[in-house]
Amino acid sequence: MFGLTRHQLLGFAVLVVVVIAAPFVLYPIVVMQVMCYAIFAMGTNLLMGSVGLLSLGQAAYFGLGGYVAGYLVESLGLTPEVGIIAGALAGAALGTVFGWLSIRRQTIYFAMITLALAQIIYFFAVQLTDFTGGENGIQGIPRGKLFDVFPLTRDLAIYVVVAVIFLAAFLFVYRVVHSPFGQVVKAIRDNEPRAISLGYKATNYKWVIFILAATLAGIAGGTKAMVMGIQTLSDVGTSVSGLVVLMVLLGGIGTIFGPIIGALIVVAMQYYLAPFGAWVVVIQGAIFMICVLVFRRGIIGELAYRLRAEL
Amino acid sequence: MVMIFGKPLPLLFGQLLLGIINGSFYAMLSMGLAIIFGLLNIINFAHGAMFMVGAFVAWGLFTYLGIGFWAALVCAPIIVGVFGLLLERAFIRRIYKLDILYGLLLTFGMAQVLQGLATNYFGSSGVSYNAPNALSGVLKLGFMYLPVYRGFVVVAAIIICFVTWFAVEKTRLGALLRAATENPSLVQSFGVNVPRLIALTFGAGVALAALAGVLAAPLYSVNPDMGAQLIDTVFAVVVIGGMGSIGGAILTGFGLGIIEGFTDVFYPQGSAVVVFVVMAIVLLARPAGLFGKVA
Repeated sequence: MFGLTRHQLLGFAVLVVVVIAAPFVLYPIVVMQVMCYAIFAMGTNLLMGSVGLLSLGQAAYFGLGGYVAGYLVESLGLTPEVGIIAGALAGAALGTVFGWLSIRRQTIYFAMITLALAQIIYFFAVQLTDFTGGENGIQGIPRGKLFDVFPLTRDLAIYVVVAVIFLAAFLFVYRVVHSPFGQVVKAIRDNEPRAISLGYKATNYKWVIFILAATLAGIAGGTKAMVMGIQTLSDVGTSVSGLVVLMVLLGGIGTIFGPIIGALIVVAMQYYLAPFGAWVVVIQGAIFMICVLVFRRGIIGELAYRLRAEL
Repeated sequence: MVMIFGKPLPLLFGQLLLGIINGSFYAMLSMGLAIIFGLLNIINFAHGAMFMVGAFVAWGLFTYLGIGFWAALVCAPIIVGVFGLLLERAFIRRIYKLDILYGLLLTFGMAQVLQGLATNYFGSSGVSYNAPNALSGVLKLGFMYLPVYRGFVVVAAIIICFVTWFAVEKTRLGALLRAATENPSLVQSFGVNVPRLIALTFGAGVALAALAGVLAAPLYSVNPDMGAQLIDTVFAVVVIGGMGSIGGAILTGFGLGIIEGFTDVFYPQGSAVVVFVVMAIVLLARPAGLFGKVA
């Protein structure tokens, strides 16, 4: 099915069961938050895992998606699916422009450029108060009715929508990575000059991956804004960009299930450690350091290594 | 009153000064980043945190030990430099052979830890640190008023930049450093202890950030985020200037500070983003940066 291997199919089955069972066991809002961040992390993992590019500015697309969805639904009274699709398109459009600028440079320069470009979006988010609400953000975004028919006010109703988006995003990312296009991208990551000499336009391939990552970030941001009913400056700040990288690193760079596990752990950590204030940042930083120093494969990466399977 | 482009002259000079001051910090920080990057091949994401730690060390020296500004200018960089040596020994040394991005991630984590700890101990609003009495007051220059401390910062930054440039480009130690950047194994075969050279370079780079932090302490509020706010702009400066040369880092730092200052006069909302816009333009025209080698 969808070209998944036996281990992956098992993993996907477990994932579907967990997604169905979770809202009856856990607080649905938190599970939906995990799924939104997982979509965000899957996109970032495309960039980090498939092309080996570390972006430190993914919050720009995540935040923009949230602002666009929030604005359209809250101020213009459009339906939630329009908001989320518009958020995705906004992420894609911004990713097209910023991607074009940033893929001109590699590795650390790429990281610094993406970080700096994201700062532009942050400053606009602060300045354009008519659109973003400035320091207050966009408050009280109504969940409204899906297709103007199904009301999403109840947590379980919107949960179904988020779960569908999440599973669709998962299968989409899997198909991209395992398509002929994805194979070329992998070839470029492993040996760019060789891929170029074989006639592939490496820059364009990287650009497309960059846009896909931005689009997924836009979807994630838009969906999260609909779920939480609020969109603030913190969703577009540098710390969110760092957080999503941490999710990917913790779960396992280049694995297909890693971003989900990473998102789960990071969101749970923020939720349970919230009473400890700034210690959350210290612990996150320490996990970053531990991952880099001794645990570079990440959780799923380590598991896959032990099982000798691709997960 | 003399007007230029519809703006009063003292205002323009005031903004020019402010731009040069911000530029001083951009120059000092991007210079340290360039030196560390040259030898360690690591982008020190914790550079802003070290700047912040430098300011807090100066504050702590005064508050707990009564050690004043002038002594702090010497002590704080040494303390932070030694701290940097320990970090290099404990963590950074382990990842030299890995992909360049791991260095960035590791130092990113370090920055978070340091910032989080500072927020826990001092609160996010921070503390205040006063300039020494000898540097308080205002000079009347005829065309503008110059706060003495601000003038001092500009002069000090120029001296620091010049001394660093001289040390790296014109001395024997600097020559060794540059040689080790080009070909570490060859330099090692000449009997130079390259790992020690690398460690000391990191310590020195970090000390430079701390020195900038001490200079910044009386100007800005000493708070846990002071480095993080600056470092984003410094990264843009590094991208614009390229990390090829120390001279390039210095010129770009000052230049962008001045551009930022003038933007504040004519289009205040734009001053926060102008550096990033300049970065985008430079990337379009010269992808390798103004002074950089292609990377």
